[in-house]
Amino acid sequence: MAILTKEEAKALLAKVMAFSKAEECEARLSGSEQGNIRYALNAVSTAGDVSTLSLFVSSTYGKKTASASINEFDDASLEKVVRRAEELARLAPDNPERMPALGPQDIKDNPAQFINSTAALTPEKRAEMVGQSIKAAKEAKLEAAGFLVNTSGFSAMMNSKGLYAYDKSTNVNFSVTTRNADGTGSGYAAKGFNDVNKMDTLAATKVAASKANGSVGAKAIEPGKYTVILEPLAAAYIMENMFGGFDARSADEGRNYMSKPGGANRLGEQLFDEKVNIYSDPFHPDLPGSTWTGEGQPVNKMHWVEKGVVKNLGYSRYWAQRKNVAAVPGPSNIIMDGTNASLEDLIKGTEKGILVSRFWYIRLVDAQSMLLTGLTRDGTYYIENGQIKYPIKNMRFNESPVIMLNNVDALGRQERTIGTESGRSLLIPAMRIRDFTFTSLSDAV
Amino acid sequence: MKRRDFIHLTGMGLGAAAMPAFGRSVSIEEALIPVDTVLKKRMADTALNSAKSKGATYVDVRIGRYLNQVVAAREKQVQNISNTESYGMGVRVIVNGCWGFAATNNLTTDSIAKTAELAVRVARANAKLMSEPVQLAPQKGYGEVNWKTPIIKNAFEVSIQEKIDLLLGVNNLALTNGANFINSQLFLVNEQKYFASTEGSYIDQDIHRLWPTFTVTKIDRTTGRFETRNALSAPRGMGYEYLLPDKSEEVQAHFPLYRNRYHILEDVRLATEQAAEKLKARPVEPGKYDLVIDPSQLFLTIHESVGHPTELDRVLGYEANYAGTSFATLDKWKTGQFNFGNKLVNFVADKTEPGSLGATGYDDEGVKTGEWDIIRNGVLVNYQATRDQAHILALKQSQGCSYADNWDSIQFQRMPNVSLQAGREKMSAMDMIKGVEKGIYMLGRSSYSIDQQRYNFQFGAQLCYEIKNGQITGMLKDVAYQSNTQEFWNSVGAICDKSDYRLGGSFSDGKGQPSQVSAVSHGCPTTRFNGVNVINTGRKI
Repeated sequence: MAILTKEEAKALLAKVMAFSKAEECEARLSGSEQGNIRYALNAVSTAGDVSTLSLFVSSTYGKKTASASINEFDDASLEKVVRRAEELARLAPDNPERMPALGPQDIKDNPAQFINSTAALTPEKRAEMVGQSIKAAKEAKLEAAGFLVNTSGFSAMMNSKGLYAYDKSTNVNFSVTTRNADGTGSGYAAKGFNDVNKMDTLAATKVAASKANGSVGAKAIEPGKYTVILEPLAAAYIMENMFGGFDARSADEGRNYMSKPGGANRLGEQLFDEKVNIYSDPFHPDLPGSTWTGEGQPVNKMHWVEKGVVKNLGYSRYWAQRKNVAAVPGPSNIIMDGTNASLEDLIKGTEKGILVSRFWYIRLVDAQSMLLTGLTRDGTYYIENGQIKYPIKNMRFNESPVIMLNNVDALGRQERTIGTESGRSLLIPAMRIRDFTFTSLSDAV
Repeated sequence: MKRRDFIHLTGMGLGAAAMPAFGRSVSIEEALIPVDTVLKKRMADTALNSAKSKGATYVDVRIGRYLNQVVAAREKQVQNISNTESYGMGVRVIVNGCWGFAATNNLTTDSIAKTAELAVRVARANAKLMSEPVQLAPQKGYGEVNWKTPIIKNAFEVSIQEKIDLLLGVNNLALTNGANFINSQLFLVNEQKYFASTEGSYIDQDIHRLWPTFTVTKIDRTTGRFETRNALSAPRGMGYEYLLPDKSEEVQAHFPLYRNRYHILEDVRLATEQAAEKLKARPVEPGKYDLVIDPSQLFLTIHESVGHPTELDRVLGYEANYAGTSFATLDKWKTGQFNFGNKLVNFVADKTEPGSLGATGYDDEGVKTGEWDIIRNGVLVNYQATRDQAHILALKQSQGCSYADNWDSIQFQRMPNVSLQAGREKMSAMDMIKGVEKGIYMLGRSSYSIDQQRYNFQFGAQLCYEIKNGQITGMLKDVAYQSNTQEFWNSVGAICDKSDYRLGGSFSDGKGQPSQVSAVSHGCPTTRFNGVNVINTGRKI
């Protein structure tokens, strides 16, 4: 059984602590049960069920620390993994940045993360959900390729100073790509939820199908600067790349976009348009998350950007001590405020522009400016006088999300969407952006 | 190991990050003793027989012990030392013509039998959604055989102290030469894989890989500018011998470069100088340039623009929802005349090149590995296929491209080494540069992005030198080249000879859902591309 209860995990970790002879010991236990089904060309290609449970032990003598892990749980194995970590720790040189383990913390439970019906999903039910998607694709005369995966998991940690933390969560992710037979149209949809009852594979496939059939006959337009409307799926992928920069240490060290010449960071600076408000909150009902970090720090609501001003940066415990400030865990989840405007409202208010359904293969080009490159795909449309006029060929962009969030013209309604590369869920609105830079055309559909 | 787990192991302050998703402790002594093949055969037979008795018409079993070691240092301190092991079994079956899979790390007889039964149940559920039954290419059983990466010095046997000394030595050299920051890492992988199938194979393999790497950062406090230079090492299918410098394995270009032995200290010394030089480099003027591209950068363009579009599962649409599809469609291949590149361009796929990441004796469905042409004289002539795809290409047997990144992952088609063949005429990189009027010499992997069908791409480099009238005149910054795959490979002007041929590689190439990584090498010599579009990527925030 991979999903241990709070009490079972505590008992096992207490046993690990009892084996420790080091000055400090920290142990983390996690397990998951994952079921998945993958399909392509309107038929299932692979499917599987995997269950894992593993223990990670970190031992410390003074400033010397090392770790080892194990996936067997008899007493001899538990003792062995502790001894291994201790042996390695004795070989390690002093790490002056090593921080002592935390004592007990005030960590709140977050039961909204775990939904029983998601955990109970069977191979047969997954096949049925995928069957609905395939049926919708066939009805639209398209070929579907997709993936449905549900995971239930738990994490627990204990250290020799008496800290104990536990949580468990469920998640179900679904994504589907629909293409027409001659390869001239392609559409996509992706959704992720804690609760499988919110997952509608049929509705998502219908969205993908409408994008696929609506993208046929794309015309080429000249690359350059355009007003764009990014659907939440597109906005999430480009935005997701920037949050690693909300780190005080690398900013203070002068090596990310949050650095200022002369050695300071941009905390308190108006770095984005005043319409931009971004925060993390593990207790948000639409995006419940873990309430503690890997070190056992409690995670609460934290504002990162308010009215375009950088309000907080993450401070590791070491860096906080160096700078004599409170430690701040980095963004735990990403929530950006939107408005009541629908996607249709944003389109109506656009004189000339491009609607982007999705981005693809975004990579960092320049860490200094956070310049990213990537491409549009699965439904890119030209807008004129408040209406979608015709589908256009995909284009490569070179743009920085920092510059992009300075050029926010309007925001739409917030929705729970997915970072298409990370698979992580975010709450992000659609957004209309001025002067978004496209640099070349792509023949890809 | 999944890429994200390597990232966790590398980046975390100990005790500061989520734990890796697997693991059993590794003592070095223990790791050197493989699990007894008699025991593995017995466990495999339990699974084979159990699945067959429940109605499977084909079964394969993989029992894997995956060892990883990471040592990571930042400036003067070691951030992380970690040993992990993952041990378990994956069972794949065909029932009613459909695949099913299940995996477990509980290797009791009862658990193995139940896992095999679960794989059968999964296949049976999915058979209802099948459009046509799986067709496997014929494959003979090899009986009991084995294969080992031909390493000279097992990196897992080298003491932790020696590895710490190496990385702190690298860091110290960078800092004393003026680097502001330096991160260095050593990644080791050992896959002890046992494969058995109802075809009658019992294959025991011991596969080794390693990757030493670093990033030097140099900062100009007054301007707020910063630059980095990454190691020009390659991940390799080798032992610790890769880290033992050998002059005869150096290639003399604008500065020394490395073939099968890597001098990490010399590279970090140069990297520190070059990071400082990058801060003073001139911004590139956008336009058309002749590019002279070193293997340390070109391998990645090969990987993205040649390796991926010739994966048969992509071409057929099986990766449409994740990795993408391909412009290199079957109708183009069937003409026998599709000019992927010009006549200078020859790509060979292989799973055999010594020291490469892709080298194995047998793939993960029990097929003996080999080599074959993919592009011959510029023409697309073949793809990369597994047993259930071979019939689509009218092949009599699989090309041996099946791989799974762990015992709990389902094996599927993964890229073999795909390498550009050397030119026949004697030519070094410096000879090539002499013939370029207006160009850029590019080295080292940096930013990379390509569309889902592999037409349009953009690549950067660690180092870009301006070439004017046959001479290197200085360093350029903010350089990226954008092109279209077919146009790019048709613009090849010259390829250096085999004395310049080197392997680059990707240690963790992602594909599949659930996402899996694989390691693959790409060999090539320095190559010239005429008239490629270069953009300036400099922006201010």
